[in-house]
Amino acid sequence: MIRVVLPAPLRQLAHVDGEVCVAVREPVTQRHVLDAVEASYPMLRGTIRDQGTQQRRAFVRFFACEEDLSHESPDAPLPDDVARGKEPLLVVGAIAGG
Amino acid sequence: MSGVRVLVGTRKGAFILNSDGKRKKWDVSGPHFPGWEIYHVKGSPVDQNRIYASQSSGWFGQLVQRSDDGGKTWEPVGNTFAYDGVAGTHQWYDGTPHPWEFKRVWHFEPSLTEADTVFAGVEDAAMFKSTDGGKTWSELSGLRKHGTGPKWQPGAGGMCLHTILQDAADPKRIYIAISAAGAFRTDDGGETWKPINQGLRSQYIPDPTAEVGHCVHRLAQHRSRPNTLFMQKHWDVMRTDDAGESWIEVSGDLPTDFGFVIDVHAHEPETVYVVPIKSDSEHYPLDGQLRVYRSRSGGNEWEPLSKGLPQKDCYVNVLRDAMSIDSLDECGVYFGTTGGQVYASADAGDSWNAIVRDLPAVLSVEVQTLQ
Repeated sequence: MIRVVLPAPLRQLAHVDGEVCVAVREPVTQRHVLDAVEASYPMLRGTIRDQGTQQRRAFVRFFACEEDLSHESPDAPLPDDVARGKEPLLVVGAIAGG
Repeated sequence: MSGVRVLVGTRKGAFILNSDGKRKKWDVSGPHFPGWEIYHVKGSPVDQNRIYASQSSGWFGQLVQRSDDGGKTWEPVGNTFAYDGVAGTHQWYDGTPHPWEFKRVWHFEPSLTEADTVFAGVEDAAMFKSTDGGKTWSELSGLRKHGTGPKWQPGAGGMCLHTILQDAADPKRIYIAISAAGAFRTDDGGETWKPINQGLRSQYIPDPTAEVGHCVHRLAQHRSRPNTLFMQKHWDVMRTDDAGESWIEVSGDLPTDFGFVIDVHAHEPETVYVVPIKSDSEHYPLDGQLRVYRSRSGGNEWEPLSKGLPQKDCYVNVLRDAMSIDSLDECGVYFGTTGGQVYASADAGDSWNAIVRDLPAVLSVEVQTLQ
């Protein structure tokens, strides 16, 4: 199972506390993880990536293993520690304002 | 016994206020959707328990929430708003072409006759329709594609379709307004549209009497007179008695005719309310005195209504979707401010009380008169 940490507004929307765990088909990529998250929590469709273009929303970032993966290809394999469930994929709302 | 439900959208959530027909004591619930911008919340006139809320954020986009139990519980429904065909371009602030991009839903208008039909006015300006209770949305693209679309330009708040008025006597006739394009009308249920801006005069566009480009802030209508509309334009309060074919100015003796809201008394079609705001750069009441102005003559002659409203050091704004009326025998009038107060009058504006205060900035106020 892949661990995913959602930002607070999306946890509230999805009615979950803490991180979520989803089964992801191989290879474990951003796209496949988000496919699985949206399948389990359909109310999140359109909030992390555009429903038409599938592009990451501009103020959403993806971090894992202390790296910013936001600009990686959505089809690039995620780090092994994420794929093994050792580390979570962090979905983060970019900091804005004061 | 009848009652009133006030639906309040704010910068950081929605609030629902309930009272009985006396409108003295109010029960406040919320915030619903805390932290999210709630541009508009509106109930169906067919089913008073069905309510739609526009939930959005700059981070996570647009959601549409629907309640079927009067706002106690909510369910996310469809949030795909895809422009029909090639989106094309409109004018950007600097006059250059800019691609149409969906940003948010400003306004929901549930059908007067069908519980599952609801219209949505969105930014960048377009109109969508759902016939399945908000699950799926289709653009009424005849509006955006009728020919003047490439000349539309955003106002300071964005290029938003913020007003939708359905003609109670003719279900195929709908009026809408866009900042900053103007007012438009369809007579065939949304297939084809025409600009209805003859008589508007706007000094901030190159041709002050152009067919489009006017920053209309709000339209209002009394159901018994569907051909009469009132308009709060950027500057100027206007009226038409021929379904928008021609407009005349009725600002009359208002101390300033800039403002955002306008509404009509539930039982007196010639009684109109506005909240004058100092200017387009100073978005607060004149002299720090919050006053609603009422005309009982359909415009031109206005009286200030200040009893119960702050008359000193008040520098809030009242945004375009933030005034509404109820339809009880003694008409109630409601408005919300960017300072987080919602004021109500149970005597058609003669006196006012804050029925809630210190909310986040109020974006919209709608009222349901409950049976």
